[in-house]
Amino acid sequence: MAELTLPASIAGVEPVRSVRTPAHLDYQFTAGEATSRFLRGIAERRILGERCPVCEKVYVPPRGACPTDGVPTAEQVELPHEGTITSFCVVNVAFYGQAMEIPYVSALILLDRSDLPIMHLIQEVAADEVRVGMRVEAVWVPDDELAPTLESIRWFRPTGEADVAVDMPGEGEGTGLGSWPELSPGSGA
Amino acid sequence: MRDVAIIAFAQSEHRRRVDDRNEVEMLMPVVGEVLASAGMTMDDVGFTCSGSTDYLAGVAFSFVMTLDGVGPWPPIQESHVEMDGAWALYEAWVKLQLGDVDTALVYCYAKSSPGDLPMVMTRQLDPYSVAPLWPDAVSLAALQTRAAIDAGRVTVEAMAEVAARSRRDAMGNPKAQLAWDRPAADLLAEPETVAPLRRHDCPPISDGVAAVVLAAADAARGRASRPAWIRGIDHRVEPMALGLRDLTDSPSTRLAAERAGLHDGPVEVAEVHAPFTSQELILRAALGLDGDTVVNPSGGALAANPMMTAGLVRIGEVARRISDGEHRRGVAHATSGPCLQQNLVCVLEGDT
Repeated sequence: MAELTLPASIAGVEPVRSVRTPAHLDYQFTAGEATSRFLRGIAERRILGERCPVCEKVYVPPRGACPTDGVPTAEQVELPHEGTITSFCVVNVAFYGQAMEIPYVSALILLDRSDLPIMHLIQEVAADEVRVGMRVEAVWVPDDELAPTLESIRWFRPTGEADVAVDMPGEGEGTGLGSWPELSPGSGA
Repeated sequence: MRDVAIIAFAQSEHRRRVDDRNEVEMLMPVVGEVLASAGMTMDDVGFTCSGSTDYLAGVAFSFVMTLDGVGPWPPIQESHVEMDGAWALYEAWVKLQLGDVDTALVYCYAKSSPGDLPMVMTRQLDPYSVAPLWPDAVSLAALQTRAAIDAGRVTVEAMAEVAARSRRDAMGNPKAQLAWDRPAADLLAEPETVAPLRRHDCPPISDGVAAVVLAAADAARGRASRPAWIRGIDHRVEPMALGLRDLTDSPSTRLAAERAGLHDGPVEVAEVHAPFTSQELILRAALGLDGDTVVNPSGGALAANPMMTAGLVRIGEVARRISDGEHRRGVAHATSGPCLQQNLVCVLEGDT
């Protein structure tokens, strides 16, 4: 580094080693048409997915587009409040802002008649008993606490039904996690 | 070099605020329109490249969700730039030069309305010494304009002429957000908002989308009756520190124009990406445009200024005029960064 000669007036000051520059910006988020329909449904204790007119897959929560066909998903489909765990993780690490007591389970839940899992909490069961294929159901907040947010579903809990075999959506085309198009169909499974 | 042409262009109507739709819902109709215009579906697209920035809508990785609008599953060849779509077009042009693919879809979008845009734009500044001061984009343009006036390169009268001409031309542009017909002399009677800028010197804040289809050689000739060939394209950047630059000139634009071969032939039409009136005057000088060139017939960024999008719109507007047969040779310019920091020049020609 080049030698710097400072003016006499600041020659003796302590060098700056770091600078804090806090930044804060406010946004008014727009959920969009499809997600707004979904959130309004949630406030009425209904789970509304949307179906792609081309491949007929049902997405929940809908974002407005089918990622396979790139077309709007306009047809709404009311979904059951039950589903199957397709993947999960046990959270053992405490972090700032944590709402749940550790250990707790965060899982991907494929709602019946849908084609893309949602992420939610699993409760009312010991963390080490949670497994892929477990059947679960939504536990809602009381009616007077219903709002257009996924937090209107407090968590999911086991239904007590027998486990089912899990066929991950997209498995036949690779899971998308480390899978590439040159792999033969199914090899990503 | 492979011959590469723009064979289709589409854009949304630009609006101050799109409340109902999210970004992917704004994008899909425009992508559908541009592909239909090229007689293509996504299956015919060899490479997809997009331009946007998450800071506008304040949604992390929003460009990943927006990608759903082009059906990226199973995986497609795709890339994204955190820049104006004009630079996404540049990347797609390079990709086509490599020769592996013959067609490319380029799209870009802005949803600026969820945030406070002039403040959001401060986040692109030097994070140590400038961004902590939160100098908003209009104030920086005012500083640049003051310097240009003091240097004798710009006058407020010439700026008012730019504003009046741009908004008048915008009346013929159905996609424009801001269009009116008032004489320049009247504009000067209005008070300064951020001196020396008046309201008419500033662009509108816009939500909008644009898309272009590129095709190489035979793929272009087979799909378009009159492709707009990219004869030269180049982009150059100046230092990030505003104090290291001459804000009254645009040497990066001048260099990009030379390298793109702008001066190898007549320039019938120019679309210049100048969000502020004084910037058009600086850019015209750097591009060496004279009175024979029609400048910003669309109304330019003063008619609609969707961030990360208005640059690609400039390219599309020139390409459309060449494909229509209105002009044979023209230039499009795009800018990025504060006070014209980075500039791209694209020279387009139709077949004779």
